Amino acid sequence: MPSVTITVNGKPQTAEVENRTLLVQFLRENLGLTGTHVGCDTSQCGACVVQFDGSSAKSCTILAVQANGAKVTTIEGIANGELHPMQAAFREHHGLQCGFCTPGMVMSAIDLANRNKSPTEDQIRHWLEGNICRCTGYHNIVKAIKAGAEAMARGSK
Amino acid sequence: MSAPIGAPVRRKEDTRFLTGKGTYTDDINRPRQLYAVFVRSPHAHAEIGAIDTRRAAAAKGVVAIYTGADVQASGVGTLPCGWGITSKDGSPMIEPAHPLLAVARVRHVGDPVAVVIAEQKAEAEEAADLVTVTYKRLPGVIAVEDAVKPGKPQIWDAAKGNICFDWHLGDKAAADAAFAKAAHVTKLDIINNRLVPNAMEPRAYIGEYDRASGDYTLYTTCQNPHAIRLLMGAFVLHQPEHKIRVIAPDVGGGFGSKIFHYGEEATVTWAAAKLGRPVKWTAARSESFISDAQGRDHVTHAELALDKDGKFLALRVATLANLGGYLSTFGPAVPTWLYGTLLAGTYTTPAIYVEVKGVFTNTVPVDAYRGAGRPEASYVVERLVETAARELKLDRAELRRRNFIPKNAYPYQTPVALAYDSGDYFTTLDMALKAADYAGFEKRRQEAAQRGKLRGLGLACYIEACGVAPSAVAGSLGARAGLYEVAEVRVNPTGSVTVLTGTHSHGQGHETTFAQLVGERLGMPVENVEVVHGDTAKTPFGMGTYGSRSLAVGGSALVKALDKVVNKGKKIAAHLLEASEADIEFKDGKFTVAGTDRAKAFGEIAFAAYVPHNYPLEELEPGLDETAYYDPKNFTFPSGTHACEVEIDPDTGAVQIVKFTAADDFGRIVNPLIVDGQVHGGLAQGIGQALLEDCRYDRDSGQLLTGSYMDYCMPRADNLPSFTVSTHGTLCTHNPLGAKGCGEAGAIGAPGAVMNAVVDALAPLGIADLSMPATPEKIWRAIQARAPAKAA
Repeated sequence: MPSVTITVNGKPQTAEVENRTLLVQFLRENLGLTGTHVGCDTSQCGACVVQFDGSSAKSCTILAVQANGAKVTTIEGIANGELHPMQAAFREHHGLQCGFCTPGMVMSAIDLANRNKSPTEDQIRHWLEGNICRCTGYHNIVKAIKAGAEAMARGSK
Repeated sequence: MSAPIGAPVRRKEDTRFLTGKGTYTDDINRPRQLYAVFVRSPHAHAEIGAIDTRRAAAAKGVVAIYTGADVQASGVGTLPCGWGITSKDGSPMIEPAHPLLAVARVRHVGDPVAVVIAEQKAEAEEAADLVTVTYKRLPGVIAVEDAVKPGKPQIWDAAKGNICFDWHLGDKAAADAAFAKAAHVTKLDIINNRLVPNAMEPRAYIGEYDRASGDYTLYTTCQNPHAIRLLMGAFVLHQPEHKIRVIAPDVGGGFGSKIFHYGEEATVTWAAAKLGRPVKWTAARSESFISDAQGRDHVTHAELALDKDGKFLALRVATLANLGGYLSTFGPAVPTWLYGTLLAGTYTTPAIYVEVKGVFTNTVPVDAYRGAGRPEASYVVERLVETAARELKLDRAELRRRNFIPKNAYPYQTPVALAYDSGDYFTTLDMALKAADYAGFEKRRQEAAQRGKLRGLGLACYIEACGVAPSAVAGSLGARAGLYEVAEVRVNPTGSVTVLTGTHSHGQGHETTFAQLVGERLGMPVENVEVVHGDTAKTPFGMGTYGSRSLAVGGSALVKALDKVVNKGKKIAAHLLEASEADIEFKDGKFTVAGTDRAKAFGEIAFAAYVPHNYPLEELEPGLDETAYYDPKNFTFPSGTHACEVEIDPDTGAVQIVKFTAADDFGRIVNPLIVDGQVHGGLAQGIGQALLEDCRYDRDSGQLLTGSYMDYCMPRADNLPSFTVSTHGTLCTHNPLGAKGCGEAGAIGAPGAVMNAVVDALAPLGIADLSMPATPEKIWRAIQARAPAKAA
């Protein structure tokens, strides 16, 4: 079995994996980082979105061996003592209900906010085409992402 | 932080979900755990011949393989149905056995025939591919209209014509007489499309068995752990409840689909005992599509009779309801008592008659999905009403006002069994019309026409029955369960509170809402309240969460338990304050001797109860821990008006929802933030049904054509608008909170409002009806069919 070293939430992790092991399996099963979820098997739902070398990516669609040498950040790795501004915005605006899609939503939203400091409602809705939520109707997710992006922009000034 | 009822308290549960610390069933792994993978039928209808498991059994890591025959031989029972329906002629419904693994015959694509259990999941998956099942394919029936025709294949020998039950409700003679004298009759043929609930978390189970104690444990993605324990123990595994613990940890959405007892739950639990090791199964999404109970799927003919002034005289409805290949736990209740009884809607229609045939087909079982019968009823009524208004050239809001149940008519007995306790449909209609700028619509329609767009507006004035209902009444209608709820309030010695509820949160936010109820009554911050749910070893016997019942029924039980706590606290306070119990008042967390400043804080009373050094031990037991059960006196009746405005591009058929307005009456609201969120989510599912979602089987082969998120159109963020929502509260008169429930309203009102808007937009072209979902293709084709000259 090939050996991979993937830096996850700032910490290098080395393990032997099967060729077919997906990054999401590596995170959940090898590292016990179960905040990254699996909601489908066709790469549609986005519950598994992580940051992969700085961009959002679906960890169900990347092999662990492809991630060798990469830097991966999961939902567990973004709060620094207190909630990340995007996490806080989701809480403030009730942008989650059952919580299952939430990690992927937050990781995806952070990528959007990194690219666009002040996204419009239309831009947010379009950006979320790869993240499905069945609970919220997206209304409060859109509000949360707008507020979270603004908070991130304020924080980086 | 104080948390009075009505405050938009931010959710206590959010921090764990937002930081990836939620614990869903698939996040749990047990020591020495094995993995199960099910071998499923690729055919809709077939006889099972030989099942050759030899190659699979020899594959790496395989520990066991069981077939239906193995399960049957072990004496395990079949999956029970929780609601019996009686046909018109007094006969009971046909109730075929539903084995955990199919025996002799498979009845839908996805029907499980064997389970492979291995050390690793991948090993189980690979071995499952090596199981060879010889099938003899049989012709099947997929669509309900086909299933009831003479000469069609029979799915169950006992169910002649594939009819499970032939049920009716209402007064046929009265309805027929009213139709005979009607000035106008509006008729519609309505298809209520089949939907896949699609909670984002796929079903997952871990069965475990303790060889020392003989105790079973099941971790399950369910909405009602006590009900699962009862059904699995009593009917399937034949084990008493005290030997079974069912844990439903964080559950990623349910929408009805996680109410039911599924075969996979019992299979992993049974196998865990046989193998002496935990057995885990997690559905792949493609597996969910062919094994989770699906929703809706009605074919209906409906007629509304009106007099010359537009007063509704009578309603006649005939529905074929698809039940799938087997009866799911509450499948028969949905198209009958949860559907026919809602056909009065918000109107005074004096005569109603509904006939429903429940029909077996070679499809996945159909059961409750958000709204469960009530969206189907509301859709029938509201499509008829708006069609009648168009035919009679009456304003649709005015036609509704003419027929609304008057504000002073409560309690109002409908002709279809229900007695509405309260409501005010006029106000929610006016609120919605104002927020939607109904008066300005014609101008907007003309403006859109100038841009070449078709603009339409549709209304739906829905009503639903929630918080099902007095247990005795439900029992008389065929329910095989009680429908009360339970709450235990455990006051801890230092004054914090643990609430144990029989309801279950899978997104609804009980940990916050219930903490607010405690905070309000006992005068403490929500941080001092812990709400525990989802574990039969911890919570008393409750019925779980479905049918928008948690607050109206479970919250009422909590209020009763809190009253008991306060009453006992008064006795303790009277002793400590050397006053008469009758003189003790409790307010803002303090027990006070009326008219004095002599008081004891709630925490002091709690401490005295558990450290009873100065305590009336002769008359009073120590401790401050009270349990209450609440059995509802009636259903609750949330209602409201939804208004949808759409714009259609006639060149592409694409529909854009320009604005969606909801004005809802949920009675007392505890947390408006959570209530709005529930409405938003329901609307998305209702709009999804109307415009996007369609569970389609090939009508001949029974293959599911929409078996993934690439084919089944889940609503995405860019399919939906932001919603304009508001509430008006007429209080429920028969529960202590005055709460009515809000979880399903969006999914009930929205389909009618959206389709009325789509048809309104297309009406100028002569298109009077369209079926859900109104996809661009369907609309484009309808436009083309009406405009051949333009196409040429």
